[in-house]
Amino acid sequence: MKKLKLVMVGNGMAGVRTLEELLKVAPDLYDITVFGAEPHPNYNRILLSPVLAGEQTFGDIVLNDLDWYADNGIRLLLGRKVVKIDRRARKVYAEDGSEAEYDRLLLATGSTPFILPIPGNRLDGVIGYRDIADTQLMMEAARTYSHAVVIGGGLLGLEAANGLKQRGMDVTVVHIADWLLERQLDRTAGKLLQGALEERGIRFRLNEQTEELLDNGDGRVCAVKFRNGEVIPADLVVMAAGIRPSTELAERAGLPCNRGILVNDTLQTYDPRIYAVGECANHRGIAYGLVAPLFEQAKVCANHLAQLGFASYRGSVTSTKLKVTGIDLFSAGDFMGGEGTETITLSDPIGGVYKKLVIKDDVLVGACLYGDTADGGWYFRQIRENANIAGIRDHLMFGESALGDVGHQGQNSAASMPDSAEVCGCNGVCKGTIVKAIQENGLFSVDEVKRHTKAASSCGSCAGLVEQILISTVGGAADVKPKSEKPVCGCTELNHGQVRQAIREHHLTSMAEAMRFMDWSTPNGCATCRPALNYYLISTWPGEAKDDPQSRLINERAHANIQKDGTYSVVPRMWGGVTTPAELRRIADVAEKYQVPMVKVTGGQRIDLLGVKKEDLPKVWKDLDMPSGHAYGKSIRTVKTCVGSEFCRFGTQNSTQLGIDLEHDLFNMWSPHKVKLAVSGCPRNCAEAGIKDIGIIGVDSGWELYVGGNGGIKTEVAEFFVKLKSAEEVREYSAAFLQLYREEAFYLERTVHYLQRVGMEHVRKAVLEDAENRKELAARLHYALSLERDPWKERLETPHLKQEFDRIPLKQLEPA
Amino acid sequence: MTWLDICALDDIAPLGSRVVAGPKGDIAIFRTGDDEVFALDDRCPHKGGPLSQGLIYGKRVACPLHNWQIELESGQAVAPDVGCAHRHPAKVENGRVLLALNAVRHCA
Repeated sequence: MKKLKLVMVGNGMAGVRTLEELLKVAPDLYDITVFGAEPHPNYNRILLSPVLAGEQTFGDIVLNDLDWYADNGIRLLLGRKVVKIDRRARKVYAEDGSEAEYDRLLLATGSTPFILPIPGNRLDGVIGYRDIADTQLMMEAARTYSHAVVIGGGLLGLEAANGLKQRGMDVTVVHIADWLLERQLDRTAGKLLQGALEERGIRFRLNEQTEELLDNGDGRVCAVKFRNGEVIPADLVVMAAGIRPSTELAERAGLPCNRGILVNDTLQTYDPRIYAVGECANHRGIAYGLVAPLFEQAKVCANHLAQLGFASYRGSVTSTKLKVTGIDLFSAGDFMGGEGTETITLSDPIGGVYKKLVIKDDVLVGACLYGDTADGGWYFRQIRENANIAGIRDHLMFGESALGDVGHQGQNSAASMPDSAEVCGCNGVCKGTIVKAIQENGLFSVDEVKRHTKAASSCGSCAGLVEQILISTVGGAADVKPKSEKPVCGCTELNHGQVRQAIREHHLTSMAEAMRFMDWSTPNGCATCRPALNYYLISTWPGEAKDDPQSRLINERAHANIQKDGTYSVVPRMWGGVTTPAELRRIADVAEKYQVPMVKVTGGQRIDLLGVKKEDLPKVWKDLDMPSGHAYGKSIRTVKTCVGSEFCRFGTQNSTQLGIDLEHDLFNMWSPHKVKLAVSGCPRNCAEAGIKDIGIIGVDSGWELYVGGNGGIKTEVAEFFVKLKSAEEVREYSAAFLQLYREEAFYLERTVHYLQRVGMEHVRKAVLEDAENRKELAARLHYALSLERDPWKERLETPHLKQEFDRIPLKQLEPA
Repeated sequence: MTWLDICALDDIAPLGSRVVAGPKGDIAIFRTGDDEVFALDDRCPHKGGPLSQGLIYGKRVACPLHNWQIELESGQAVAPDVGCAHRHPAKVENGRVLLALNAVRHCA
């Protein structure tokens, strides 16, 4: 099929972004021709200010180099200004006589600086601030001249003033309004900003109008004359008093324009073959001059050019940031407020911080931040989502981090993150990749995103962030639910709570029985549900339900940790982190005998032998003659201890002995996730008990118990639980707490997340306030553990379990 | 095709696997829930993880290293992942597991 012809007039950010979006969804639909008036490929116009300020070079800000156009088969005609559209013949003509036919025409002509209609506005040295040529002119002027006047105290004007000042010019900003950035800031923030810029040496004349630009006699500007008659020297005048959409071409072609080419929600002009995006377009009365809305338009426009036809553009809420290094400023939405709105204000003029939030009917509608803009992205999201903030109103001013654990999964940055920012640190997946996968594959759940991008599929710490990206990409269509409401996996509709309940209430004791009873949709589950079911069965019915090795992941089946090359690591148990010369000798002998590639001290106060072949595991265990350290399991790991009162001159309690006792108490304990304990002998807390599932700190009068700490993915400090007098009590309370966790938590839920879900109050009631219940819980744990054996010894002594480790050798291969 | 006698079916646990030391590297033999057997080179197409150590369900195995799902019948990774583990013919006869070494690489 012959390709359609797409011609684009204008080679700027909005237009090229539209082409990029189009090529993603319909790479072969069009032959594309691009006319660019400037002699450059597409560059990032937003970053002209850093170029002017000398912080970046032009090369740094090129977005699409010439190779990009060539690689995508785009005919690029640079330095050619299109002067005529013949809609009947469907052709465009450029100044130099070149022409192109189109089936679809995309107008992305951008805007031009508004040049004040005053005498002298055509003199040399009077320029707008729009493109790389203007920037170069300013840089040259700064080398030879000293006085610059910037007309307009808006974003562009201030960035120009800052850049010229950086380049050594003497700069005055003339502004017609009472304060700077009157469209982005309220008066207070505007005055703070003015103060900060004045400190940098920029002068301001507010409430001032320029009457005339004076000639030096050679056709170059030499001074600015104000309406009040005052005259100040000026060798360079930068007009930054606003932009006007470039609509001349469209108007001549008979397309309706009114401060922009009028477009509908699919970015089509009056002529349905002709689209317009970017600063030249007027959508529902607004011609956007900021980049985010242009990109949203680009996406919608591309969707229609690709003949998909389902996207629509409904306008954007915009936010603003000033790109002047060292000045933090952010505004979004209706930050001025007005009738029916309430404002919350924080003002610290000395500290240079000002924040104003505008609320209407319990919804945040605007924000204006100066000095501390860290929460800008978060406020912007609340505004865009029309989130009801009644519940968080008293914390709202202090930002997302003040909302407790809401921010802990990284949600605070999703909306404002650039596409290149890394989201998943395990698998190196950046935001752009995730957004692209969501859009291209039509993903609506975090699990789908995990499968397609691998983001959040390893340690999972970025799952919250991925969820936010999903929400910001597909909006309300995102399928997001807390784990407690999600089905366990694709094999069932039931969630973890329902599965646990069914197993308990219906006395289900085997995998097959459980799957049958709960109508599992697969014959034998999957790698997600089987380990969970196996845990629920054996923890609910100890002694009745039989452990199913085939439903355990490899580490718990091999009782060792699989490594990237398929070898294993072996960590023998050292009770409380205490060992003996004899044990150390055996470990050394084993390491030599089996040529263990690495011997390493672990974080849990024991020794790891890394790189052991699977078939050697039973021999290694036998030679070590030490029990399993369960370093591989959703189980009790270690009890870390400090030296304690036996040796330490500060020790108040025998923490080492209590650690050893606890570790014996809990030996062989399977649990929903790994469980770590620590016991310190004094408040110096050398065993780091604050980040353990149970942390115990000895004090002169007894022991303090803390629960729900976590040192891993997201550090969580354990919460104070109870203070006890004796070591015996500590052992009973610890056993009771862990049994409650074992009976109630969902598979792969750490104690901290279990506590967040059920609430500390629930656990206090069950363990602290009800002595009888506490003793029963502890007794149930002790009973369950009385049925368990050291898994290493068990495998050495049980032939069918040892079979797992035997390879079938080549010599047995005989023809049948 | 030469069939080799490997072991008794009962030497492999249901939903379990064994490793055979093949002439060109380890071969994983899998037993499904309904007593079918399949054989694949013991290397995940992703990062070479030993598939024999994975969790078996239906006619698939989940690689122990990064949880790629591999079809036992074809050796193909389940979409959206792309890759293929080399497969060998395997069958059960009279309670014995038989394997034929497949020298022809069928993976693209």
